[in-house]
Amino acid sequence: MIVKPSIIDIKNIGYYLGKIILGLGFVMIIPVIMGLALNEINPVLDFLITMSITLIFGLILTKLCFTDKELTWMQGMIVVALSWFVAMILGAIPLYLSGHWASYLDACFDAMSGFATTGLILVQDLDHLSFTHNLWRHLSMFIGGQGIVIVAISLFMAGIPGVLKMYVGEAREEKLLPNVIHTARFIWLVSFVYLLLGTIALGVIGLNNGMKPFNSFFHGACIFMAAFDTGGFTPQSQNILYYHSFAYEIATIVIMLLGAMNFKLHYHLWTGHRREIFRNIETSALFVMIMVCFGVVVFGLSQLNIYPSAITLFRKGFYQLISAHTGTGYSTLYSGQLIGQWNHLALLGIIIAMALGGSTSSTTGGIKMLRVGIIFRALQQDIKKIILPPKAIVVKKLHHIKEVFLEDKQVRSALSITQIYLILYVAGAVAGMMFGYPLLDALFESTSAAANVGLSCGITEPAMPAALKIIYIFQMWAGRLEFMAIFTLIGFFVAAIKGER
Amino acid sequence: MIYIKYRVQHAAWRRLCAALVYFLFCAGACFAEGLSSSELIKNADKYNGQGVVYEGEVVGDIMLRGDHAWLNVDDGKKAIGVWAHRELTNNISYTGSYYTRGDIIRVSGIFQRACPEHGGDLDIHAQGLEIIKPGRQFNRIINTRKLNFVIILFAILILIWILRRYK
Repeated sequence: MIVKPSIIDIKNIGYYLGKIILGLGFVMIIPVIMGLALNEINPVLDFLITMSITLIFGLILTKLCFTDKELTWMQGMIVVALSWFVAMILGAIPLYLSGHWASYLDACFDAMSGFATTGLILVQDLDHLSFTHNLWRHLSMFIGGQGIVIVAISLFMAGIPGVLKMYVGEAREEKLLPNVIHTARFIWLVSFVYLLLGTIALGVIGLNNGMKPFNSFFHGACIFMAAFDTGGFTPQSQNILYYHSFAYEIATIVIMLLGAMNFKLHYHLWTGHRREIFRNIETSALFVMIMVCFGVVVFGLSQLNIYPSAITLFRKGFYQLISAHTGTGYSTLYSGQLIGQWNHLALLGIIIAMALGGSTSSTTGGIKMLRVGIIFRALQQDIKKIILPPKAIVVKKLHHIKEVFLEDKQVRSALSITQIYLILYVAGAVAGMMFGYPLLDALFESTSAAANVGLSCGITEPAMPAALKIIYIFQMWAGRLEFMAIFTLIGFFVAAIKGER
Repeated sequence: MIYIKYRVQHAAWRRLCAALVYFLFCAGACFAEGLSSSELIKNADKYNGQGVVYEGEVVGDIMLRGDHAWLNVDDGKKAIGVWAHRELTNNISYTGSYYTRGDIIRVSGIFQRACPEHGGDLDIHAQGLEIIKPGRQFNRIINTRKLNFVIILFAILILIWILRRYK
């Protein structure tokens, strides 16, 4: 029997959702300050409008649904799923008001792309967009990368019971510190220190590249936020190609790899346990898969003879591959070049890299390396069981922060999530094909959206069918939250309609 | 004094040589005209290593690198990088941003699908550059409708803030 949600469920969900919306509203003060400093009055008005609507909405929800009850797991998951959806609706308002997005749906697409750290874009005339709006685009990646709920937890929810349920709902299974609040604050500390260092590094490279001082540091901050959070937005329409700089490419590769690392691994590196990076199953799996996929890409590209030297081939192939594997979506090629000049094998290497993703508890999307590692270890274990005598006991261990015995429930969980990701990739590809796109293009774009990558083969453009935009929005949303929160939300709606009291 | 005179003469010679090279290439090479960025990217194989004429707005920074500079030129669909001698860029007054419409330029040069000199980037090595429409500063006036809306929303926000204190 399905039980209809009670009024207590709705009040709990509404109250915590209201808190998260208030957090989002307060964050909008950052682009407002930026706009005022640069005298960009109309963009400031766009953000004041959005900020007011967001705060009004948040205040009404927290007032009407006031509760002091602890969240249940179901409620926590629903709060997370809804908060990402509402963040998209509200975060799209200033974008739409700027006049650079053809429709509100397009603005919602870019807002979800930002929060989910995907990087697919429908913005028009990006090169004339204000600094204020550009900051918001990149800030949305920074917020989404760390987690919208993490923002609210850090700001308002200290001491409130049940926040762990929301933390887990944002696809973060591991706490770095015993307390969720301390974990959230540590994540911000790491992110801000890296932000400062990354902005300085990219700013200096920008200056050296001949950019104006303000632009070089503004771009540095934006590019860092989008690279570390494996997002992929850039302030200019040409993406990384705008900079024409090898140093910029190297710096962004390093930042993308840092962003693809598990936050728990960052914590261990910060606390002096540097050997962990070599022992961890995720980093080993990431290294192996990068090499395998890069081999596929290089083999594919070497058949084409489009790049004049091996170094050029390496530079183009490796950059797109790292961008794909870390789920960032930065590119030194035009989307038309990827599908028009690269062959199927090279594209397949990129699609596999996109589908696999980076580490768990990082900002990357996709299946993720811990799951790939677990599945491979389980396969090894099964093969050993077949080879060894029946009475032999085969025990498999893996090193992820500590030595862990491989158990069936871990393998089942890893396989389930992998299956759902594969279904999502294929479903999006089928949808793309139904709108008339070729198989490879449709699979490329669908994988890019669902794994929150952001590389495009050219399907994502303002003229694409509205239904496909909605499908990609759903893929970005579901892919970022790793499904559980979305499934719970769907279950909640089913229960509300079909359930019995 | 002699040094300054030498510099002036040297600069004049360089300009003359640049002009000669430009005319030689323009006269000798066939430049495909009226090409859009989409056409160049889509048919990169066809135009690779050939002379092209490309028009668009200069956007972002002009990035000086030694005696050359990078420009990014947007034709309304996509922007393409143009590698030009810095002297060719001297007359560009505006580059496109939120505050300005950049100069519209016509570039004639060699199109590279994967430039060996620049890490495989798709670019144009300019041999000639001409400003066909100067840029301008945008006159951004305050949108009063948005301003009024902000005032109304702020009034509602303050009202709700006060009311939520009462049961």
